[in-house]
Amino acid sequence: MPLELYLDLHSQPCRAVFMFAKLTAIPFEYKSVDLSAGEQFGEEFGTVSILRKVPVLKDGDFILTESIAILQYLAAKHRTPDHWYPADLVKRARVNEYLSWQHTGLRAHGSRVFWFRGVLPVVTGTPVPKEKMDSALEDLNMSLKTFEEKFLQDRPFIIGEKISLADLVAIVETMQPVGTGLDVFEGRPILSAWRDRVKKEIGAEVFDEAHKVVMNVDVLSQTFETKGIPEFLKLRITKMFN
Amino acid sequence: MVLEIYLDLFSQPCRSVYIFAKKNNIQFDHKKIVLFDGEQYNEEYGRINVLRKLPAIRDGDFCLAESVAILMYLAEKFHSPDHWYPADLQKRARVNEYLSWQHTAIRMTAAKILWLKLLIPKAMEVDVPKDKMDSAIEYLNGALHQFEEKFLQDRPFIVGDQISLADLVAVVEIIQPLGAGLDVFENRPKLRAWKDRVREAVGAELFDEAHQDILSCQEIVETMDRNKFDVMKPKIVKYFLS
Repeated sequence: MPLELYLDLHSQPCRAVFMFAKLTAIPFEYKSVDLSAGEQFGEEFGTVSILRKVPVLKDGDFILTESIAILQYLAAKHRTPDHWYPADLVKRARVNEYLSWQHTGLRAHGSRVFWFRGVLPVVTGTPVPKEKMDSALEDLNMSLKTFEEKFLQDRPFIIGEKISLADLVAIVETMQPVGTGLDVFEGRPILSAWRDRVKKEIGAEVFDEAHKVVMNVDVLSQTFETKGIPEFLKLRITKMFN
Repeated sequence: MVLEIYLDLFSQPCRSVYIFAKKNNIQFDHKKIVLFDGEQYNEEYGRINVLRKLPAIRDGDFCLAESVAILMYLAEKFHSPDHWYPADLQKRARVNEYLSWQHTAIRMTAAKILWLKLLIPKAMEVDVPKDKMDSAIEYLNGALHQFEEKFLQDRPFIVGDQISLADLVAVVEIIQPLGAGLDVFENRPKLRAWKDRVREAVGAELFDEAHQDILSCQEIVETMDRNKFDVMKPKIVKYFLS
């Protein structure tokens, strides 16, 4: 029975898992979950994961959530090249350190900017108040500064000479606001150079395929207009950011 | 040179690292950093962890932040018993899954309670709007519900019959609201039973020692110098009350 990956490529962690599986040639069945339609809250998806989030991995009877855990599992099970998740104690610790910090250190802030710029105005019909938006942008800026000064420094990749899971998880989060027209790489030469290196290692084709939907996130407003937003989803989203 | 572990036991992730090291008889130099005195901003500590957070370790030349990364590093380096971080692919994935999910689901929601219920109103003398408090408790209840339904279910510990890093990281976070007088175990017999099992598995004496500070937090705040928080006040108010 083939590996199943439940994904919506609007979601950063879904992209990390998607790209990793593709570039390490792990065969899988793509199971689409439409977040904009609230599919993750449906009965069917509930039988896959009660946490109601993506990505989810289904390997036979074994169901696993959380992209970090999924990436670590795939790397170990499919014996991917060592540099992704090195066996060396210190190198692995550096990857783990980034993977831990990034949840609240970067992901939270990039996500928030994405929601504020690309989703909330469409769902509520009004732009996010300037103060809230400025605050979110300030947090993201601080975050990217820390990323450059602590996690990148003068290294080609986060843990050194080679790309690892850390870079994969980082790139998808830094790309998220870009889809809403906020180019976080502009005016950040170190970050841009790193992005180019990461994209090269992943392969432009896989990278672009993974990022296609998020880079066209204005399509989302059209989707909402034509299909409408389920009321429960609208409520949930508005509540999230109050 | 002996391993140095930088800790303040008011901090949840410090407690998990402390308990793990002690339980596994890992020799270390306990370096105390007092968060309430802003010692994490000292020049010296900046050389250990530029992120200015706790815990951190220094092992020879190697400095590492992030409790999850530290726990994995120590478990591996000191060859702690397998059940802490199992070699088995699926069991390890379950530990990783919890360690990933908990950052924003449990840690953030439970940590907020201490700030909103005790530190901000009592130590900083800033009013906390009722709707903020109610919302925070609602989120915590939701997270604890998911913890019981998905991560515990009918198992003695998160991954099965034995304690793992997942339980340790979970228990220190879940206990935090007790520091503000919110008994999360009240009307949650399953959660309480799990906590008692974890305490027993770790050793009651060690467990209680680690939790002494947080459990006497209310008394400590009574006699605390109100000026202590002046510097961090604007940042805290922005983060928790905006």
